[in-house]
Amino acid sequence: MTTTNPDLGALETDAPGPEPVSTSAHRALTSPWASIAAVVIAVLWTIPTLGLFITSFRPESDITSSGWWKIFTNPSFTMSNYDQVLHGSDTKLTTYFVNSIVITLPAVIIPISIATLAAYAFVWMKFPGRDLLFVAIFALQIVPIQVTLIPLLKLYVHPPLNLMPLAGPDAPGGGFYTLWLSHTIFALPLAIYLLHNFMSQIPGELIESARVDGAGHVQIFTRIMLPLMAPAIAAFGILQFLWVWNDLLVAITFGSPTTFPLTARLAELSGTRGNDWFLLSAGAFVSLVIPLIVFLSLQRYFVRGLLAGSVKG
Amino acid sequence: MRSRNTRRGVAFAAALASTGLILAGCASSDSGGGEAVSGTWPGEGKAECKDLSQLADFGDLSDKSISVYTSIVAPEDQPHIDSWKLFTTCTGATPEYEGSKEFEAQLQVRVQAGNPPDIAYVPQPGLLQTLVGTGKVVEAPSQVSDNADKWFGEDWKSYGSVDGTFYAAPLGANVKSFVWYSPKMFADNGWDIPQTWDDMLALSDKIAASGMKPWCAGIESGEATGWPATDWLEDVLLRSAGPDVYDQWVSHEIPFNDSAVATALDDVGGILKNDKYVNGGIGDVSSIATTAFQDGGLPILKGDCAMHRQASFYAANWPEGTDVSENGDVFAFYLPPMGDEFGNPVLGGGEFVAAFSDRPEVQAFQTYLSTDVWANEKAKASPAGGWVSANKGLDINNLASPIDKLSGEILQDPDAVFRFDGSDMMPGEVGAGSFWKEMTDWITGGSTKDALDNIESSWPS
Repeated sequence: MTTTNPDLGALETDAPGPEPVSTSAHRALTSPWASIAAVVIAVLWTIPTLGLFITSFRPESDITSSGWWKIFTNPSFTMSNYDQVLHGSDTKLTTYFVNSIVITLPAVIIPISIATLAAYAFVWMKFPGRDLLFVAIFALQIVPIQVTLIPLLKLYVHPPLNLMPLAGPDAPGGGFYTLWLSHTIFALPLAIYLLHNFMSQIPGELIESARVDGAGHVQIFTRIMLPLMAPAIAAFGILQFLWVWNDLLVAITFGSPTTFPLTARLAELSGTRGNDWFLLSAGAFVSLVIPLIVFLSLQRYFVRGLLAGSVKG
Repeated sequence: MRSRNTRRGVAFAAALASTGLILAGCASSDSGGGEAVSGTWPGEGKAECKDLSQLADFGDLSDKSISVYTSIVAPEDQPHIDSWKLFTTCTGATPEYEGSKEFEAQLQVRVQAGNPPDIAYVPQPGLLQTLVGTGKVVEAPSQVSDNADKWFGEDWKSYGSVDGTFYAAPLGANVKSFVWYSPKMFADNGWDIPQTWDDMLALSDKIAASGMKPWCAGIESGEATGWPATDWLEDVLLRSAGPDVYDQWVSHEIPFNDSAVATALDDVGGILKNDKYVNGGIGDVSSIATTAFQDGGLPILKGDCAMHRQASFYAANWPEGTDVSENGDVFAFYLPPMGDEFGNPVLGGGEFVAAFSDRPEVQAFQTYLSTDVWANEKAKASPAGGWVSANKGLDINNLASPIDKLSGEILQDPDAVFRFDGSDMMPGEVGAGSFWKEMTDWITGGSTKDALDNIESSWPS
């Protein structure tokens, strides 16, 4: 994950004959044994999900008394679990769905916007203390989210300098600001670090020639950097989307009942004393729909983005 | 270059300062509570409010709201919300309900961060003590204290007090001294409901001789695995050594591994660790530790097990369509006493209403919740049952389900000796830690002595 990677260059020159590395790797990965192993792993990996999926259609008495594999000898299906998940509460599930979306979109867009700008500054602008600041941001990644909960909430409720309180009974915007802000705070160190590494691989000559042509920072950023960064931005976007969508801790700590996302409803699905736990499998699949759509539609960026920083361009 | 940088710095500082000013302008001036009582209460002259004349003390509370935070989530939240309608009619104030299964952790976060709810339904006296320790809990107003004296026993009031100061009035209750059984199965086999502990063991032997394992149990409950076994020990100790020894044990005046406790745990082992008795329809003794407590009693429905000791709230675990009544598919009998010495000991739990604000609407709401009127409203608002209170003004006939009626009768029985679940009152390290863990080890083969010694050594000094 360093900006220059001499080892990898050495590997490439060591590759046998004129054959490029990619071809030999391709051949090694298409051997029948590798295919069998891949299939076996895929099947093993999918079985629990399949079991959960089947369970979500089984009646309550079956779920509580026997495993999902009994479905093959004693098939019985019902939609009542989904019915209860979707319509079982006094608050409509759509409200939680909308809340989840309202929380997630800004909580993805804000950190990405700030992080791309910050990454640009860290890579292409020279200012005193740049490396120190970068190391400090990088180091922030190791701060666990849990230790920040109480101090952060204190700041939101009783901000210094008589600023407007963001949480508490009179929270503005229904209390969404705290969630967007918190998710942004927690996402920024990793976002800046990832985008910085990606951006530093873009050849400096490109920037220099743009400078020679009279482009300033703004033009370089918008005309050259943003298009080149698209895969990395998309990859981080998916990561952050999944993280925020699946988040419960931040949502229930900083939010209020009016801002609760889908996960908060899911967590309460099993009832006060856990006696409705049979609903959880259906609930899991309901909450899975949106992340699945996002992931499938953006997965080519995800794969490309995962390689960001690993191979020199 | 130099001057350009300086100029930028100044512009930035100016922008920051002006943003700050704008935000500061938005900051609302906090009124801080303790407002004067004003106006006549909207309940004046309304027939349904005539029994709530105490609320007149708080004046007109129209358009005020009260945030209520509880550990009770859907679908049990709706009866609570419905039971508050009368309060809104009579005072004008609206309570806002919020339930969370992360209640215990989140409440402490909110209290420490200075963002507490107005009212919290605290399900454990131990947690109430912790909260009072933060200094944020407000003492109950005199109206609530009077109501607690009038409608609740002295024992219940003491669970809502910390160091002699009364903070939280009791709300709901549950009875843990129940053994679930199938009335149909008992009738078909000619078994009678045991009236004494020895009867119960004799019945267990009889059932075991017929080839069925008489008892089933499950103590798995995620991170709280082991708690159903702690209830067993508490229930038996209350019967074998009596309430006084029980109180001393809970407050650690006698050591956790006292010989009376060891005897009681061995009595529990006589049932739970007896191969002939358990684990009906599930497996052997060690399967108790891996069976979810929600599933522990279900074999009764299939006829694989005869008895399951669990609290009244287990009623919600029977699958939909199960007839929970005296002559139905399942019902519960009172876990019989071991002798006449100590009356009829009852182990139970409940919630308490702690307030974090002394605004008039909050105090009015506390008062409302401590009245007999609310208890009856709540009973009527719970058509599905699953709720009971120790409030003496609660009319048993308002309770919906047979098991709630039975619980209500037990709670109001003058001969009953009620004791709160001990693990809920012990320090967290023990009551929500080593006690659970060691009881699980004990079920899976650990000795009585090791288990009790380990818990004793974990008691914070």
